Amino acid sequence: MSGSVKSGALRTLSQKVWDGHIVHEEPGAPSLLFIDLHLVHEVTSPQAFSGLRARGLKVRRPDLTVATADHSIPTTDRSLPILDKVAAAQVAKLEENCKEFGIPCYGLHSSHQGIVHVIGPELGFTQPGMTVVCGDSHTATHGAFGALAFGIGTSEVENVLASQCLLQRPSKTFRVNVNGVLRNGVTAKDIILALIAKIGIGGGTGTVMEYAGSAIRALDMEGRMTVCNMAIEGGARAGMIAPDDTTFQYLNGRPFAPKGEAWDAAVARWKQLPTDEGAAFDRDIDIDANTLEPMITWGTNPGMGIPITGVIPDASSGADAMARESLAKALAYMGLEGGKPVLGHPIDVVFIGSCTNSRISDLRAAAAVLKGRKVNPKVRTMVVPGSQEVKRQAIAEGLPEIFRAAGCDWREPGCSMCIAMNGDQLSPGEYSVSTSNRNFEGRQGKGGRTFLASPQTAAASAIAGAVADVRTLL
Amino acid sequence: MKPFIALESRLVPLPTNDIDTDQIIPARFLKTTSKEGLDKQLFCDWRYNADGSEKPDFILNTPRGKGAEILLAGDNFGCGSSREHAPWALTQFGFRAVISTSFADIFKNNALKNSLLPIVVPADVHAKLFTLPEDAKVQVDLKAQKLILPDGTAVEFPVDPFAKNCLLEGVDELGWILKQESSIAAYEASRIGTLNTLA
Ligand code: SF4
Repeated sequence: MSGSVKSGALRTLSQKVWDGHIVHEEPGAPSLLFIDLHLVHEVTSPQAFSGLRARGLKVRRPDLTVATADHSIPTTDRSLPILDKVAAAQVAKLEENCKEFGIPCYGLHSSHQGIVHVIGPELGFTQPGMTVVCGDSHTATHGAFGALAFGIGTSEVENVLASQCLLQRPSKTFRVNVNGVLRNGVTAKDIILALIAKIGIGGGTGTVMEYAGSAIRALDMEGRMTVCNMAIEGGARAGMIAPDDTTFQYLNGRPFAPKGEAWDAAVARWKQLPTDEGAAFDRDIDIDANTLEPMITWGTNPGMGIPITGVIPDASSGADAMARESLAKALAYMGLEGGKPVLGHPIDVVFIGSCTNSRISDLRAAAAVLKGRKVNPKVRTMVVPGSQEVKRQAIAEGLPEIFRAAGCDWREPGCSMCIAMNGDQLSPGEYSVSTSNRNFEGRQGKGGRTFLASPQTAAASAIAGAVADVRTLL
Repeated sequence: MKPFIALESRLVPLPTNDIDTDQIIPARFLKTTSKEGLDKQLFCDWRYNADGSEKPDFILNTPRGKGAEILLAGDNFGCGSSREHAPWALTQFGFRAVISTSFADIFKNNALKNSLLPIVVPADVHAKLFTLPEDAKVQVDLKAQKLILPDGTAVEFPVDPFAKNCLLEGVDELGWILKQESSIAAYEASRIGTLNTLA
């Protein structure tokens, strides 16, 4: 992705990781990169395993591969069978495939099950300097550790299963400098929504983003994951953040992190990863953290975002006829008018979850807003932890009681209403405030309308029964 | 993979920017474990009413949308998820090429692996293509990397040389990758001790 450069030259973080993983290069062909960690889930893998079988191939490195079930699974009582027969067959297929090919699988009944991008970091699979792939576009999440992590299609999943390698061309490098101090009520989610609103959803196409600056350094690992998670929504192949003490502290002691002397050696290697002072990027952009507000999207892609007190753009503001038509189409789908605010718009559902915002710090933030308050009785509020581990931690801290007392529905871990494959979905015309990453038409259920926001904004909106500014509750 | 042979076709215009993979094939159809039968689900929510009947004014339901092999889409086609179901659905419907001013990276990679050619054209050519008469045909010459308009104008388009070769020959990457066995083994040997094996 980020091209190899002459040794001795100043290199960026992504270039260093790239250079360390080149297996083979020859003129006319992309580079063959070694993959340190391959994450697998039920949706994008079955056809890849079928391909392996058809060719009589094995999985080359089952010891560098991990699977979980997250997309199609219900978030209701796990002791019951999956009612959706097609989904049940897909989840069963994953377990069969993993068994046949010797891949560790944290399936439906595992105590480590969870959204693939939540369990990778929390179990310590994801580490600085790694190449990480998954048949899932939000693999960018793992870049928060200084890994080069990106989503691949099913053909590439098959390639990696068979060879542990991937053919790739280098991407351009794009540094996003976020300096300053976030104000109260403004979060990592707001940083990334503001960036995408600024550059557009195709703005990062062909690049690997590196997030830098004092506001990024001040984020904890979970906030950094939120930022990297949505790199793809800005079109980037990957998002990365240089590892530092925050990273090492998070990883130390995790089940699959190195131990003892191996840990010390690993940290020494990881400390070499940050971008060299003075290394050039193909593109740079600055975001002023001091002036950011909580963000909300109004439209049908993640680039259609505004500050919570802002107004929806008018369709006539499009650059050309097709842009104007696309804006008009988004407004019509959302049932909204240009020139009006989103703040105060009534909502039907609040979804707190997804690989963007379902970690313990997200749940704590939502619980802090909801504590001692009630959600509006006409709003269905779902809280879906990202993993069994997150769920255990939340229970230990008493968060489910806070959510239940406020009138929220506390559920089992999975992707849930982020992608609406499992029956958790909006009805046509319903509005949700969602902490997930995509507001595409129908993403949360056919005809459903999504406002993307932070967990704090989602919690405040649940209480108000309408899109709300959390700062009024702080 | 099928070899990509020269193509001459009418265009199916879909003048919307940022068409995402959730529109190309909604997520509820991703529970399948096979690659087949996805053509009916292509652009499903734009194509059918709630009762399953066709929306008469959606382009794929009109005579113009049938039997043509090239989709002409707005800017930034294929953004969103990594689902290869998107190119599977497009090719099963009968498309062999998509023309836009830009494609999302993962979609482009996935398309190339399924003999679906993403053709990037400059904005002025893109605008001109939308004004062509309904029955106008364009030609795609992959070997020369040229799109030939009805008036004979040839517009060059970029294709990764390696992917182009795979398309022309109808071979996928995996065979080539597996031939690099000795390099892969040597690389693995150099990383013993720094690979974080889960075993
Ligand atoms: S939570 Fe949503 S975005 Fe994340 S992996 Fe699941 S479906 Fe994809």
